[in-house]
Amino acid sequence: MADARYTKDHEWIRLDGDVAAVGITTYAQSQLGDVVFVDLPKIGTQVTKGGEAAVVESVKAASEVYAPASGEVVAINDALEAAPATVNQDAEGAGWFVKLKLADASELDDLMSAHDYQLYLETIA
Amino acid sequence: MTDTLTAPDSLATTPLHALHVARGGRMVAFAGYALPLHYADGIVAEHTHVRTAAGLFDVSHMGQAFLAGPDHDTLAGALEALAPADLLGLQRGRMRYTQWLDDNGGILDDLMVIRSADPAEDGVLMVVVNAARKEADYAYLRAALPGSVTLLRADHRALIALQGPLAAKVLARHCAATADLTFMSAISTRFDGIECHVSRSGYTGEDGYEISVKAVRVRAIVERLLAEPEVKLVGLGARDSLRLEAGLCLYGNDIDTETSPVEAGLAWSIGARRRQHGGFAGATRVLAELANGPSRRRVGLVLEGRIPARAGAPLLSAEGQPIGKVTSGGFAVSLGHPIAMGYVEGASSAPGTAIRAVVRGKELAARVVALPFVPHHYYRGP
Repeated sequence: MADARYTKDHEWIRLDGDVAAVGITTYAQSQLGDVVFVDLPKIGTQVTKGGEAAVVESVKAASEVYAPASGEVVAINDALEAAPATVNQDAEGAGWFVKLKLADASELDDLMSAHDYQLYLETIA
Repeated sequence: MTDTLTAPDSLATTPLHALHVARGGRMVAFAGYALPLHYADGIVAEHTHVRTAAGLFDVSHMGQAFLAGPDHDTLAGALEALAPADLLGLQRGRMRYTQWLDDNGGILDDLMVIRSADPAEDGVLMVVVNAARKEADYAYLRAALPGSVTLLRADHRALIALQGPLAAKVLARHCAATADLTFMSAISTRFDGIECHVSRSGYTGEDGYEISVKAVRVRAIVERLLAEPEVKLVGLGARDSLRLEAGLCLYGNDIDTETSPVEAGLAWSIGARRRQHGGFAGATRVLAELANGPSRRRVGLVLEGRIPARAGAPLLSAEGQPIGKVTSGGFAVSLGHPIAMGYVEGASSAPGTAIRAVVRGKELAARVVALPFVPHHYYRGP
């Protein structure tokens, strides 16, 4: 399993074989606050890089989550329906949203490494 | 992820700004002010704390002003031309909720009017208006009120709210006179020696108080309240989720110049004498709606499932016809499911009516319910 890559919109994507898990970062969940629902796409949906992949509903607001790369949704994290707070507790682990079969894994090359993302956070915090 | 919250920049601040920052407040822009959305514990914990203990809110952004006239009747009479409440009949030491109405019966702002308990202060009323509307309100009042009435802004005063089932017990330790105050009553008193105006009122549906105090003294009161084990700071996020559960209107969302007080379910705030004799801005429409019923009404909605329907979400009848839209919506922390308020056509406004809310293209099943969603716990006397 490869290291996770990060977007400036605070999503992460982690490739395992030809399937990549996608979620929001620990920083993102801290900004959103208490998550009450995650509106996930149906399996089989085609998402495009930068397009909407899911919507996170916190107590305060609805926030769109964008796909870090293009591909087909091959799995969704059903456990979030009963336990949406998992996104707050383990955003970059058990709180994943979808798994994508990537159209072009080289799209990940444009994204930030964990180290670069940490530096990026320091510029916006 | 979309960044829905912008960092405050060149915003006004309240006298408690440094305290919010020092205590971990996540500061956001609201009505031109930098205010805490929540503190370290987050909205859910803060919301629950207000329902079970006592939460402390900084609401100093709201507009506090005094209106002074030659005597109570002259002053109240002048205000009655602009608002439909019975203000002539407002007793000393009591307060009323009302609305400034335009000539079409639309709501320019909603507010509290407070009459001092002290007979020596007859002819003075305090008003508390919305932050986002205060400049417009003051300009309107200056233009609309007769020369015998003077508006005095009280920008030098801070306003804090202590809300929750333990609020009375806590406040009595510092200000014994507040224990016997009943809901919608007010006194001028001292908090550990600090002069303040205290009213038994709020925006959460819980028992509680609002404390108006000179800005230079507010931090001392807040520090003493926060030293009490029952009290925690609460931000704007929980303020909004609490008032929604309590079925209370937010100006700009649930009420505005397009809505009348009758449509908004605020007819209870229109005095009996005012219903008979009118004589206030917008009376033609308001009295007609009281007699014949409005064409649409503000209702409470409970949604099935867990997806909140937020402001702007279209509402459909069971048959799929457009019947209105959501004006406030979110997740009811105390109830564990989504709730909303919105306007629907008269035929769909009866509690129990099954309707639908449209969120991101999905039609969600919803049911009209009586407001409030969470019962009020006001203190009306022993």
